[in-house]
Amino acid sequence: MRIDTIASWWEGFAPYVPGFAAASGLVLVLSVLAIVVSWICGLVAALAKTSRFSALRRASEFYIWFIRGTPTLIQIFIIYFGLPQMGLRLSPFVAGVIALGVNGGAYVAEIVRAGLSAIPKGQMESAQALGMSRWHMMSRIILPQVFRVILPPVTNEAITMVKNTSLLSTITVVELTLYSQTIIATTFRPFEFYIATALIYLVMTSLISQAAGHLERHYARSL
Amino acid sequence: MAGEPLIRIRDLRKRFGAHEVLKGVSLDVHAGEVVSVIGASGSGKSTFLRCVNVLERPNGGTMDFEGFHFDYEEGARRQPTAAQLRDLRARIGMVFQSYNLWPHLTVLENVVEAPIRVKGERPAEAREKAEALLARIGLAEKRHAYPSKLSGGQQQRVAIVRALAMQPRLMLFDEVTSALDPELVGEVLGLMANLASEGMTMLLVTHEIGFAREVSNRVIFFDQGVIAEDGSPGDVLRQPSSERLKQFLRRVLHEDAYHAAPAAPLLGGRT
Repeated sequence: MRIDTIASWWEGFAPYVPGFAAASGLVLVLSVLAIVVSWICGLVAALAKTSRFSALRRASEFYIWFIRGTPTLIQIFIIYFGLPQMGLRLSPFVAGVIALGVNGGAYVAEIVRAGLSAIPKGQMESAQALGMSRWHMMSRIILPQVFRVILPPVTNEAITMVKNTSLLSTITVVELTLYSQTIIATTFRPFEFYIATALIYLVMTSLISQAAGHLERHYARSL
Repeated sequence: MAGEPLIRIRDLRKRFGAHEVLKGVSLDVHAGEVVSVIGASGSGKSTFLRCVNVLERPNGGTMDFEGFHFDYEEGARRQPTAAQLRDLRARIGMVFQSYNLWPHLTVLENVVEAPIRVKGERPAEAREKAEALLARIGLAEKRHAYPSKLSGGQQQRVAIVRALAMQPRLMLFDEVTSALDPELVGEVLGLMANLASEGMTMLLVTHEIGFAREVSNRVIFFDQGVIAEDGSPGDVLRQPSSERLKQFLRRVLHEDAYHAAPAAPLLGGRT
């Protein structure tokens, strides 16, 4: 490939670099917020599923069943297009964060539940036998151990979340995917711009994998 | 023994589904007593121990311990509350068969966790006391190690120290040497013998008949969910009155292992 070809490609890209940077930043913000929401939903659902009250258990089971059994895109549409009919009008950004967070929560709940059941019963009994409250036992003894067990699946969830933000292009959130579509609409260069977009997602998801790998090695010191 | 017992248990009953594991157990333990509980597996001895600090909630009977009065009868008003249970357990130490140290915390962190966060001790003070205890069992230099780096015997001794750091009035030991390699049993029993000689009140479920004989001042034989024999080690272990205890002792002391050997060769020996 000749140098001037590359140069002309770059010339084609250069004007859009600030736009790509802004759209990537939005993907990060959306992902972080949605992951936070998914953790809140997931922990609540996991605790509800192990609750003494059957109504809570049922509600949690329904939530997980519904979310895992329906397309994420439909869930996004229900919240963004459906809720206004019920009188709740959300901005595309807020609707997107809620939809992705609630979606991810169902998967987090299952991960947390599996993690909890991986901790031997004796760990709880020794905490109880020392007079610890349930909250103390969970926060200091059980959940820190659960966290290590579930780190790999949780990493996958975070990566899925980053990729799922691309679905929000359908509800007019100008994140990476919608941004590249608007450029392609004027430049008619889908190949270069979709490849560039893919590479940006790839960098973000790879960074998450890297960070998780570091954490795992850090925890391995006590094994 | 004279005076008020430290713990008084009356007619304690526990069932799992339709299976009645404890069928009315009554026991007084006085301060300073070391009581060994022996019996075949399934006799209810471990369940009994776990009922004392209510890891298993009894289905009937009463218990008195240091001002607590619990009534486990169905519908009784004196069922223990969650706060009372925490208070009770903070005063009763328990050591388990499988050590149950917390793998994500160092030895020192394992020991100071409950004193700081349950009893509200100042961290510096709790750490100082924990280090003194660890030094006494010869594990001071392991205080920053994680449990996985310790041998089974060391882990179990740390588990004992973790319970002692709460300054309990009573210690429960649930078959604490059963999971250990034979050469590591001695160090744990040694620590328990020290504890007994210092006057700790101890209730221990054990298969170590020698230890029960040498260290405890009372032996209880559990059979089919009730206390079948109760007395000094000399009486219970040397002159067992019931046929079932005699059988049990023969089994655990392996005395008839040779007699039970099959007459026919197992390896298909030549005739």
